[in-house]
Amino acid sequence: MKKLDAYFESLRIRKIEEMIALRYPEQEMRCPTHLSIGQELVPVVVSNFLSKDDKAFSSHRAHAHYLAKGGSLKKMIAELYGKATGCTGGRGGSMHLTDLDCGFIASTAIVGNSIPLAVGSALSQKLQKSNFLTVSYFGDGATEEGAFYESLNFAAVKSLPILFICENNRYSVYSPLEVRQPANRSITDLAQSIGVESFHADGNLLIPLTHVVQSAIEYIRKNNGPALIELDTYRHREHCGPNFDDDLNYRAAGEVKTWLDKDPLKLLFAELSADQHFEKTHNEMVSKIENEINDAFLFAENSPLPNPQLNKEFLYAK
Amino acid sequence: MQNKTTTFAEEINQAQHCAMAEDNSMICMGLGINDPKAIFGTTTGLQSKFGSDRVFDMPTSENAMTGVGIGAAITGTRVLMTHQRVDFFLLAMDQLVNNAAKWHYMFNGQMTVPLTIRLIIGRGWGQGPTHQQSLQSWFAHIPGLKVVTPSLTDNVGQLLYQSIMDNNPTIFLEHRWLHNQVTTQGKCLPLLGEPEFTRTVRSGKDYTIISNSFMLSEALQAHSHLLRYGIECEIIEISSPTHINWTHIFASIERTKRCLITEIGHTFSSVASEISHSIYSRYYSLLQCPISIIGLPHYPEPTSYKLTKNYYPNANTLSLKIAEDIGINIAKINLNKHHDIPGEWFKGPF
Repeated sequence: MKKLDAYFESLRIRKIEEMIALRYPEQEMRCPTHLSIGQELVPVVVSNFLSKDDKAFSSHRAHAHYLAKGGSLKKMIAELYGKATGCTGGRGGSMHLTDLDCGFIASTAIVGNSIPLAVGSALSQKLQKSNFLTVSYFGDGATEEGAFYESLNFAAVKSLPILFICENNRYSVYSPLEVRQPANRSITDLAQSIGVESFHADGNLLIPLTHVVQSAIEYIRKNNGPALIELDTYRHREHCGPNFDDDLNYRAAGEVKTWLDKDPLKLLFAELSADQHFEKTHNEMVSKIENEINDAFLFAENSPLPNPQLNKEFLYAK
Repeated sequence: MQNKTTTFAEEINQAQHCAMAEDNSMICMGLGINDPKAIFGTTTGLQSKFGSDRVFDMPTSENAMTGVGIGAAITGTRVLMTHQRVDFFLLAMDQLVNNAAKWHYMFNGQMTVPLTIRLIIGRGWGQGPTHQQSLQSWFAHIPGLKVVTPSLTDNVGQLLYQSIMDNNPTIFLEHRWLHNQVTTQGKCLPLLGEPEFTRTVRSGKDYTIISNSFMLSEALQAHSHLLRYGIECEIIEISSPTHINWTHIFASIERTKRCLITEIGHTFSSVASEISHSIYSRYYSLLQCPISIIGLPHYPEPTSYKLTKNYYPNANTLSLKIAEDIGINIAKINLNKHHDIPGEWFKGPF
């Protein structure tokens, strides 16, 4: 993927998330929100290889996945504001996003819970003899769920067109990987031994990331079988909410610094800045992004609230 | 042809064949679905007719496979899953409760979940604590699920066919002891008909029995026995605890003023107690005797033959209670020699 595109698409998501963080204390967005800050590059690169007929599923930390796939920004912000114009009309909030127009089927809140759904979507694609695939995004915590093993096993047995993306940010809320998984076992090896072609890369580095995503997708299309990519990432802020929480000391200061130095946006910015024309392009892009974000927040604020008299609607399908 | 006999299991099989033929996108999956026993004969011939892409055995992964079913359902595939026992399906509560039940609601009506899950309830012959649970009350508690609990051969095919074709997630609770129940083909309701989830299967003026699943078989026996004493019971079948036609029930209570409700599971915190509450809150002063609820005690079913003797209520439990409420003495019915089998056809193990 081109550096400039990767940078601006990631920057757009970063700036959206930062605006949510900035406006969060106003208490107008009243739902648990898991920001993607620090992890934006992964879905940007993955989505670069997808069309809208490829499907995507995600977990509680889904904003970047939804946005990178092409999900409507206005509908997402309106959803955070609990408005009728939100992507689920105020029913689901930040953890239950959907935009069927772009193939982002759903994110769900329970850890590991959307992995089987994504496999089911890949099963539909196979039965319908389509050439498209499904992406399943989840974190390292989800790989400890039985649903992870069960889903990979079935995808391997049935040779389904699915790309599992494990964003390993090393923490399940405050619990580090070391207390949750054996030190000498990698998620990549685990998935490989289940029968899923598996890859690993640093999720902060554009070139290796692009390379593994391309290889995995080529593998899926060529072999009609599943692949998994484990990507090392880091969330910059707290598990849930708008703040930094490193005052709690659950992550070593040195570790945090190492990862902040490796911020994918910081790295790309440094590389792109070598070009003398970049500053002008950058300023134009930032202004465009900021306008889009302001429009989305205005849309959300000016949208009507949903009608509680319709609370029973859609309990059952017609 | 009309007089030819058919069984509960055959009607279930037939409904699946017709649904698969009707909807080319539909799939059937379940552990053992095409094994030599074909899930008590209920899935016979499906794979050979519709192919192994659409009818397939699956890994022993109840939770993820339920999720796979939901994922397939929301992306254009109609899905039927079968589990040989309810109890194993308890591993799938995350997918059932957090996804299937809520999906249509949570995503504001943008997607539907055409998924039906057949769960077979075991009983007796040593099924013990974890092969016999009747959890209609659990499932009915979750908004967004449809629960169907068939009782009779004449409508079981229609109920299953319509559950499959419905675009809502449906739990279809099938009692193992009903699989050999026989009727004539001519009596079976058309698959394409609209199911009557609350229906009167015996009319009577003296007493209302509200029942479903295998307990309805006991109620029918009690009904015939009590007729000999001039007591006419009305039996109302509740084939969907989540879709009760209250008007139908209330009309019966207004006529009979007496009521007994059977519960296929534990009576504590049950569908039966919910129905009872609805009747009491409307007819407290009209009722001529307290409503009785007859079901399982609040402890798991033990395994030993000796320990299960009085675990399940039967036709005698029902008829004696009704006779007591009406104020007459009656004799007991001579029931099966063994309390732990539905008939001599059942030799175990499942």
